[in-house]
Amino acid sequence: MNPLTEPIGVAHYLVVGAVLMVCGLLCMFTKRNALGVLMGIELVLNAVNVNLVAFGSPWLRADAARSIALDGQLLAMFVIVLAAAEAAVALAIVLCYYNNHATVDVDKASKLKG
Amino acid sequence: MDSINWHAVLFFLFAGLACGAGVAVVLCGNIVRMAFALVAALGAVAGLFFLAGADFLGALQLLVYVGGTVVLLVFGVMLTAQRPLFALPCGIGQWVAAVMTSACLLALLLQAALAVHESIGPPQPGQLPASLQPTTTQIGLALLGLRADRLHQPDPVLRKGMSGYLLPLEIASVHLLVVLIGAVFLARTKRHLSSDILQRGQQRSPTLSDNSANTPSHSGNTSSHSASTSPHIGNTRFHSTGEQSNEPVD
Amino acid sequence: MAERLTSWLDPSWHWLAYAIAGLVHAALLLTLALTAAAVSIWLERKVAARIQDRLGPTRVGGRYGWLQPLADGLKLLGKEDIIPAAADRLLFRAAPYLVYGATFCTYMVLPFASGWVALPLDSAVFLFLAIASLEVLGVILAGYASGSKYSLFGAMREAAQVVSYEIPMALCVVIPVMLAGTLSLSQIAEQQRGWLTNWLVFHNPFVFGAFFIYCACAVAHTNRAPFDLPEAESELVAGFMTEYSGFRWVVFFMAEYAAMFAVSGLGAILFLGGWNGPVPIADLLGLRYDVGPLAGLAGNLLGTVNFIFKCFLGVVCMVWLRWTLPRLRVDQVMTLCLKYFIPLATAMLAGCMLWQYAMKDGMLRSVGIGQREATGADRQDGSRSSSMALPDALSLPDNHRRHPIGRHAPPVRYMAAADVPPYQTASSDALRHVSPYALKCAEIRCFFPGYSARAKESHVLGAKTYNFIPREAYSPRRAGTCRFRWRKTWLHPVRSKITRSSALDL
Repeated sequence: MNPLTEPIGVAHYLVVGAVLMVCGLLCMFTKRNALGVLMGIELVLNAVNVNLVAFGSPWLRADAARSIALDGQLLAMFVIVLAAAEAAVALAIVLCYYNNHATVDVDKASKLKG
Repeated sequence: MDSINWHAVLFFLFAGLACGAGVAVVLCGNIVRMAFALVAALGAVAGLFFLAGADFLGALQLLVYVGGTVVLLVFGVMLTAQRPLFALPCGIGQWVAAVMTSACLLALLLQAALAVHESIGPPQPGQLPASLQPTTTQIGLALLGLRADRLHQPDPVLRKGMSGYLLPLEIASVHLLVVLIGAVFLARTKRHLSSDILQRGQQRSPTLSDNSANTPSHSGNTSSHSASTSPHIGNTRFHSTGEQSNEPVD
Repeated sequence: MAERLTSWLDPSWHWLAYAIAGLVHAALLLTLALTAAAVSIWLERKVAARIQDRLGPTRVGGRYGWLQPLADGLKLLGKEDIIPAAADRLLFRAAPYLVYGATFCTYMVLPFASGWVALPLDSAVFLFLAIASLEVLGVILAGYASGSKYSLFGAMREAAQVVSYEIPMALCVVIPVMLAGTLSLSQIAEQQRGWLTNWLVFHNPFVFGAFFIYCACAVAHTNRAPFDLPEAESELVAGFMTEYSGFRWVVFFMAEYAAMFAVSGLGAILFLGGWNGPVPIADLLGLRYDVGPLAGLAGNLLGTVNFIFKCFLGVVCMVWLRWTLPRLRVDQVMTLCLKYFIPLATAMLAGCMLWQYAMKDGMLRSVGIGQREATGADRQDGSRSSSMALPDALSLPDNHRRHPIGRHAPPVRYMAAADVPPYQTASSDALRHVSPYALKCAEIRCFFPGYSARAKESHVLGAKTYNFIPREAYSPRRAGTCRFRWRKTWLHPVRSKITRSSALDL
């Protein structure tokens, strides 16, 4: 019961962010489907957002006046918007690639190799 | 026994769901199951945002990420689907390298996370804010150039940045416009190429949906992107690049 | 509610107070959602029948068949649970609950009366739109997991349609938000308190146009005809619901009706005044919380009835549209959204924006028709303003200060039904700006328009008209012998040659 009685602080959120970041990186490393790689990118950006919101939350620290308050939320908002834009462009590129090669296997994308 | 801190219970629920779904995204074979594990992970992260008092941001996460970006990814999955929908496995060597690198990064990040300075340590129960603070108006004003929450801030260090986020907002708007045009251009139909490519592709691996490469798609607007697909080729009015199609209509 | 419960319990049991408050809210909302779905099913069958010149259900549950949804539900529960062999079993089972969960969670932010909202958030509108966008994922999941091409096509079409129509819907929703100055649904409805002229739909012609675009987008969002190609029987069997039967199909079905109710509710709050009726009966009779708790409860109940009536009005309109208009093709649907609704909604938004500089009080009040009541929030001492009040040194133009409730919002209490309404008015102040003619009308007892009109119906030879309906005129036993002709209203059985045994009830 001990972890359930202690109050939640910034460190807890940072741990969640770390785990999500590592999951995203593993996705980007090991997926052969290009869309799998895109999902990894989304996970990485979400980890960053979790960190930003944790630093900006007045509920997670003893001295709420010293948190970065809205800056955390606003930066996370811009990350969300830009991530959505980047996902759109990345998907357009993947579709373009599929139209030309009829596959989304990134291992087959080796035309520029050597 | 101390009373159970229900904030902690809810936090562990959402955090467990987020981390579990993140691991599921890595370990899933099927790309569609990966997409829905991603939905669960992003939804749990939205729950964490609500717990941290950022209700506007949590709603934004649900609207843009879960309801927009993941839908876009699922459309991409359906458009590029091949008969074996299982993710193609990568070699064991790549897995070893990936796990080693990720373990090092995880150790580094955890060490940084747990070494948080005591001035930003967890709050005592008496120090929490009394109620959910309204942030929507403050966020709106900050985006328009006025940091209304910093007007009465005595600390001069924390008073910096009174001009708000107007410039990043304008840059993001132009950026989204550029992305919109770019994505529409990149994903336009190129009919004169696709039928040959499809036949070559079909000889290599049979495709699940035969006309998926012919369907046009384009990105939607501002913060919620949508890809519109239709199996009917007849809607060339708003997708064609100017050349007439003389291929059979499906 | 949670605060009142916590004041009765010692601190170590505070969590029980919050749990009970949460459970009560959830139980009330679930009851409402399920009842609304059941009543909508009955309404659909009756209205559809009347439009098609037949009766509809007349057997189950009495003369009007109001227990028919129960019979439908029991029948569907007894069906065999079939999962196709090619289906992805886990996702197939999970999909209906995702759709229903997303639809049901949108009820959290709808205010049913002043202070009666499960989640009094500052960003309620945004959360509604966000949760409503999660249904798409359930639909795609259902279509994919069925393992059938028809289902997949239907699901992708439906997803494309819903996601595309979110844009003009959000643009139309932004217009009343811009007028009210807040994203909080409770405060938007509070600002429409008073007479019919206070409703935001009558504020300027651009909002009026936006309301109809919102209605069309709401119909498209819930995949009702004429936008129901994804589930058209003649095209795709049943779209993404093809492989679902029995209880799982019931969940999809109820999700559709719950979504219809919810988007009607959002439209009612944003445009049609929410829980405020055309005549402020509760204010005129003094049914407010500052008079007494029981009076406030009665006033709020009246408001809830008002709100639910408006929601059902929206549902009936959607049912009416379904059985009147032919279906649109999918390319017509997308053309309508991208080429017509988005430019029109943007034009409405721009027009409304410019209108606020020209006639900031709205069309009707600028010429003196109807007055907004003085609110307590613009008191001089600012005692009801929250910590984010702007200092006087920042001089905002007048139209930013026009809606004090939006700017100086009272502190938001998390998960609590407000014991005190967000603002309090003295009754004499409330009626100060109401015209004496309107007050006189409110005093008239028989204010219902049908009362005097029906007494004048004597133009049909040999007919007798009544202001009430005698029992023998509509009893099925006397149906064949009835000599009276009636103006046909759609709620009563037709008394011509139809006897009970030959009635086509479905």
